[in-house]
Amino acid sequence: MRARIVVRLRSGVLDPQGATIRKALEGLGFPEVRDLRVGKLMELTLDESDRARAQARLEEMCRRLLANPVVEDYSCEVLDGGEPTARS
Amino acid sequence: MRFGVVIFPGTWSDMDFHHVISEVLHQPVEYLWHRDTDLSRFDCLILPGGFSYGDYLRAGAIAGRSPVVAALTDFAARGGLVLGSCNGFQILCEAGLLPGTLMRNECLQFRCQPTHVVVDQTETPFTRGLRRGQVLKMPIAHGEGRYHAETNALRTLRETNRIVFRYATETGEVTSAANPNGSVWNIAGVCNEEGTVVGLMPHPERAAEPGVGSTDGLLLFQSLLGSLVENGSVLGR
Repeated sequence: MRARIVVRLRSGVLDPQGATIRKALEGLGFPEVRDLRVGKLMELTLDESDRARAQARLEEMCRRLLANPVVEDYSCEVLDGGEPTARS
Repeated sequence: MRFGVVIFPGTWSDMDFHHVISEVLHQPVEYLWHRDTDLSRFDCLILPGGFSYGDYLRAGAIAGRSPVVAALTDFAARGGLVLGSCNGFQILCEAGLLPGTLMRNECLQFRCQPTHVVVDQTETPFTRGLRRGQVLKMPIAHGEGRYHAETNALRTLRETNRIVFRYATETGEVTSAANPNGSVWNIAGVCNEEGTVVGLMPHPERAAEPGVGSTDGLLLFQSLLGSLVENGSVLGR
């Protein structure tokens, strides 16, 4: 089962990296970018076939380690349910 | 006073602390591995600086969840003393032993330079021998030292007098020019409610001998040892 977790800075938290990247884009000729914030994407492969259980475990992973609740929010989703897909 | 210096994969200031404690202060000191959980023989544990686990995920995030840190929580709850410097401070925040978090420096540069901090409170064993307003010169070396905490947590820190060190000028003025990383309120170090766990971004172990630019870091240890001698116990332990 595959899952995707996105961790983002909470709104209001200063993101100097995002501001710098936005400025770099502006310098490259993209002045229309008003705001840019950088987050983290994690892609997981789970040995789990129960969708609901996978979702609950993902949430727990986020709470316990993957996101820092002081400054980060997270979203997690199971991408395909049921039997694990064959490796490509 | 029996010291323990904790080592995680990627820690690098362990030897500096061990050297200062053993060769300068002449106190018993041992290294601990991050899997060690028996802390009963120690009075004070040090979480040194470095790049534990490569700062992967977040600085201190993985180290903050290791067995030794879980044991450290009990150790601190029973009155054990803990000093976390740099990555050690990050680890203490990630473990929830101190509030807030350390983020990427606002300037986005890795800052490796001497700094001055002003002592904001003298209730912890590490600062009891110092004066409020005293200025200490200690080096920093970090890319993620910007202290951040939610508004309520900051208010609590201020009201309970738990901000221990703030970046300042040589004469003790807390200015934005003296702030190397954008930390809110120029916070360089905080402590827990009991004052037994202190985290700071500067490196006291690198300011403890003549010839390295400052011996102000030694004052934290001398204060600690003085606390022990003064009343025979540390904060009622």
